[in-house]
Amino acid sequence: MSITIDQKKCRGCGKCKEVCPGNLLTQNDKGKACIQQPKDCWGCTSCVKECVHQAIYYYLGADIGGRGSLLFTKTEKGFLHWHIVSPEGKETVITIDQQKANAY
Amino acid sequence: MRLETVKFNTDILIIGGGTAGCFAALTVAEQKAANVLIVEKANIKRSGCLAAGVNALNAYIVEGQTPENYVDYVRSDAEAIIREDLVASMAAGLNQVTKTMEDLGLVIQKDSQGAYVTRGNRNIKINGENIKPLLASAVEKAAHVTVLNRVNITDYIVSDGRVVGAYGFSIDKPIFYVILAKAVICATGGASGLYRPNNPGFSRHKMWYSPFNTGAGYAMGIRAGAEMTTFEMRFIALRCKDTIAPTGTIAQGIGVEQINSCGELYERKYGKPKTSIRLYSTVQENQRGAGPCYLNTVGITEKQEDDLYKAYLNMAPAQTLRWLENGVGPAKKNVEIEGTEPYIVGGHTGSGYWVDTNRATTLQGLYAAGDVAGGSPQKYVTGCFVEGKLAVQAAIQYLKQPFVASEVDAEQIQLAVESVNRFLTDEPSVYHSEDVEEAMQKIMDDYAGGISSGYMFNTAKLQQAKIHIDELRKLSLALKADSMMELLKIYEVIDRLEVCRVLIYHLEARKETRWHSFQENADYPKKDDEHWLKFVNSVVQEGQVKIILRDLVKKGESYEHNN
Repeated sequence: MSITIDQKKCRGCGKCKEVCPGNLLTQNDKGKACIQQPKDCWGCTSCVKECVHQAIYYYLGADIGGRGSLLFTKTEKGFLHWHIVSPEGKETVITIDQQKANAY
Repeated sequence: MRLETVKFNTDILIIGGGTAGCFAALTVAEQKAANVLIVEKANIKRSGCLAAGVNALNAYIVEGQTPENYVDYVRSDAEAIIREDLVASMAAGLNQVTKTMEDLGLVIQKDSQGAYVTRGNRNIKINGENIKPLLASAVEKAAHVTVLNRVNITDYIVSDGRVVGAYGFSIDKPIFYVILAKAVICATGGASGLYRPNNPGFSRHKMWYSPFNTGAGYAMGIRAGAEMTTFEMRFIALRCKDTIAPTGTIAQGIGVEQINSCGELYERKYGKPKTSIRLYSTVQENQRGAGPCYLNTVGITEKQEDDLYKAYLNMAPAQTLRWLENGVGPAKKNVEIEGTEPYIVGGHTGSGYWVDTNRATTLQGLYAAGDVAGGSPQKYVTGCFVEGKLAVQAAIQYLKQPFVASEVDAEQIQLAVESVNRFLTDEPSVYHSEDVEEAMQKIMDDYAGGISSGYMFNTAKLQQAKIHIDELRKLSLALKADSMMELLKIYEVIDRLEVCRVLIYHLEARKETRWHSFQENADYPKKDDEHWLKFVNSVVQEGQVKIILRDLVKKGESYEHNN
């Protein structure tokens, strides 16, 4: 259960570091975000949602059945788009209208 | 590395900026009653249980129900071990705090008449992915409220028998904080990570409850001599296998039942469907060889499946990711379920500080709310809001009393600084905090009713647990840190060990089995109403855990501390 950070996409804003409830994120000497111990991550995706550059991906550990897909989000005007990309490159997008509560 | 001391003064110190703590601060700000300082280990924007969000409010009085019905439900679910004074005052405030959250921007689903859409008798559906940022942003805008993020509180400052503040340290810089306050509210989380988790390897933190809630609030109360209650009523969640995502979203949300590998409905064979029985029945079916157990989702509609994908993204995105990356969703494949490791958490069961009707603890000047306050199970998110409000209202009343500022002498502060500094040396230590944590989880799993023993324990095993936990408590004091983050890890394991120790005494004291799986005592496998319609409480005196049995508080009664 963890995240991986694309060092090329990270702009070093530090916002992810601020929201991690486990204080797990740091910035390296180039200001890029790093996770101290990937196995300490709870999987809350706070950092994923905070990153406007889509530099942070969430994935499931192999020990809990992960198959290597990566999840990231994009926010635009009251909509939260959840993108899931499979190892073969297939992308699925689920959009949540934040003003309409879920009707499950 | 040596720590520099920084002092703070405030009227009300709130320890923990989660669900209860943030709501308590908003209550004071609204009344313009006092200055408040929230001290938070992470950052209040996403800290605590609500980090990922929540997709329903599980405690709400829906049309046709009453707060009295809610008390009846809690009493029945907790096998009568509840403080009716606390549950009743919590239930009475549920709808008002929900309105406050809606006013702050929380999206609650409504029908065409504008009424909230319910899920069963006590739940309403929300879009709560952003519930914590909404709360945090209101706190940040509130007048007279200051937030100190990334500071870990270690202990209360006690002077003349009163709690007059707390000590803590920054997790970034070598700073030791001495925070003096006229009243203190403990609003930290419960305790996770005491037992070996479902996924002990790479995904060790993929757990039901926040892995960053280490029981610090309980531990500092235990060390200061506060009375604690009902630790033996552990909470064990029934979850989707591997992802440890909630099952209620499916089971109650779309109304499917639990089945075993033969496709048989099994839950009702084990008694009335209560929280503990849903879990216990699953454990029993697995033990008799009828597992794996599932939620019977095959055949739900495509629309229901799509709605589930969205509902989980609002609370536990791992589950949606799991379905999508496997290319098969719940409409085509039943969802396997399992029990988690046990937690101590007063928002779900009765564990926590023994408080009076107003949420004052047995230590003068200290109040408790949310997961650390005992006697009032099934609070969930809204109940924790109500308790935050009630605790801080009591603290405001306390501030109105003639107040004599307590002197905290320099020597006491110096001793407190030294007790933290002793871990910060360059000397090597044989063990790391992580080694001690792993050893603790193994002991609790083996000897105090973890997953591997089907949650069952007996007196002989608990004696082994006591011995080993005491050894680890000694080892933990010899740990060394070379950074503030590592210092935090040391304190987290020290606090967890403190909670484990008291928990073992509580498990040993209740000589019956009151709640299957949650407290499954092999020496006393039956419920014994004749002797055990009582609270098991504890207090640490002169280093020893002393058990106190107390009577239930019934309907219409209130409770004051007097002995």
